[in-house]
Amino acid sequence: MGIHQRTKSLASRQNELADTFFQLKVLNGSARSDKRFPAFSEMVKKTIEQQEGLKPSRIEIFQVNVGKLCNQSCAHCHVDAGPDRKEENMSRETFELCLDILSRYDIPTVDITGGAPEMNPNFRWFVEECRKLGKHILNRCNLTIIMSNPKYRDLPHFFAQNNIEVISSLPHYSAIRTDSQRGEGVFNDSIEAIRLLNEVGYGKEDSDLKLNLVYNPTGTFLPGNQSALEADFKKQLARKYDVVFNDLYAITNMPISRFLDYLLESGQYESYMQSLVDAFNPGAVAGLMCRNTISVSFDGYLYDCDFNQMLDLKINGGKTHLKDFDLSELESRTIVLNQHCYGCTAGAGSSCGGQVAN
Amino acid sequence: MSEKKYFDPEDLKKFGSITEWQKSMGDKFFAWYGEVMKEGALTEREKALIALAVAHTVQCPYCIDAYTSDSLAKGADEEQMMEAVHVAAAIRAGSSLVFSTQMMNHAKNMTM
Ligand code: SF4
Ligand code: SF4
Repeated sequence: MGIHQRTKSLASRQNELADTFFQLKVLNGSARSDKRFPAFSEMVKKTIEQQEGLKPSRIEIFQVNVGKLCNQSCAHCHVDAGPDRKEENMSRETFELCLDILSRYDIPTVDITGGAPEMNPNFRWFVEECRKLGKHILNRCNLTIIMSNPKYRDLPHFFAQNNIEVISSLPHYSAIRTDSQRGEGVFNDSIEAIRLLNEVGYGKEDSDLKLNLVYNPTGTFLPGNQSALEADFKKQLARKYDVVFNDLYAITNMPISRFLDYLLESGQYESYMQSLVDAFNPGAVAGLMCRNTISVSFDGYLYDCDFNQMLDLKINGGKTHLKDFDLSELESRTIVLNQHCYGCTAGAGSSCGGQVAN
Repeated sequence: MSEKKYFDPEDLKKFGSITEWQKSMGDKFFAWYGEVMKEGALTEREKALIALAVAHTVQCPYCIDAYTSDSLAKGADEEQMMEAVHVAAAIRAGSSLVFSTQMMNHAKNMTM
């Protein structure tokens, strides 16, 4: 039992990529690589035949990143989360601003993410308040948090009581593949956590409690077919460990933050970006998650998605904070795009809910 | 001129250019190849693993690189990939050993 940290945050290593502006320079061919790829925003304009750029559909998901504190430090983490990120966590006041907005607007789903969201001391209170407002709650749980400390052992019950949909990363049904990305021991603790979730009814066919797993490649390749991977995961996890889950979401690794660091350090940045660019699928544009999501940071700023948040690309227009939240303005904004967005349109596309095109 | 070498990994990217010298045959080959590797009665992962095993049998460095990447992308792990190579190796070894029955027959005929 117990996990070993896979790496340290870029912030604690004082890596130059901890500066989001520097990451954008890399992505645009003016630092660490001089390779320039076709502008993503232009590819999208051509696809949708709109000079103005990409617009949202309707905001259905209010995604709250409650902070960067995490009990793991995965090699590919786009949040640069870890046990050392104690400063960047959402305060009670900011949660209250979220609740005020959620009570005023008909946004049906609250998607809670982090870090490990459960480590924020306001987590349980926030979930219960969202429930009172009748919201559907998604929680991105890294699984091992449940095993990390006895005080988290009752989380499966808490999730079940609040009918939370649990979405959890498990990059592979093989321990080597999972641990190589997330840290030694993560696989075993993840399986134990899935077992506890199954015990309270999660992931079972006849239950309303949904446990969805997230697959992402543990290297510089693009994800394969989502339904084929799901079938393999179901078969292998049932056969070897007797655990079950509902759906598998296949997600592409975004060339930002720690994965960008890995790409640069291993000399694969340009070839990986090229593979994303080559796999650009116009059919994925309509389903991009930035079209129906608004993403909130721990300090209350608004972003088009969690990736833009991690690059500090705030939403267009002057009203960039929860305090100025204006739904109709948000729904008519133009989405901020940059070169990392190629990660969302490669192949069958990728979002926090898996593939977006067939 | 760069140093002359066999099996430059960069050449794999030029595979598609084989159609330049014989278009209709090349096009037919790629269409067939694409069809073969698609999900059918076997999954794409299973096909990638078979391709990986065959790549080791024909000892083609291009195919080994290509189907290592493809096996990983289709969701295979190290254990599955190494088992696939063992299958190829076992058939290779077995196909040598099975001929020893010929040796045995012949030797038995010749000896008292
Ligand atoms: S990927 Fe998730 S579990 Fe891993 S360090 Fe980042 S936030 Fe934590
Ligand atoms: S990175 Fe964000 S803004 Fe860019 S395409 Fe993906 S979801 Fe949209």
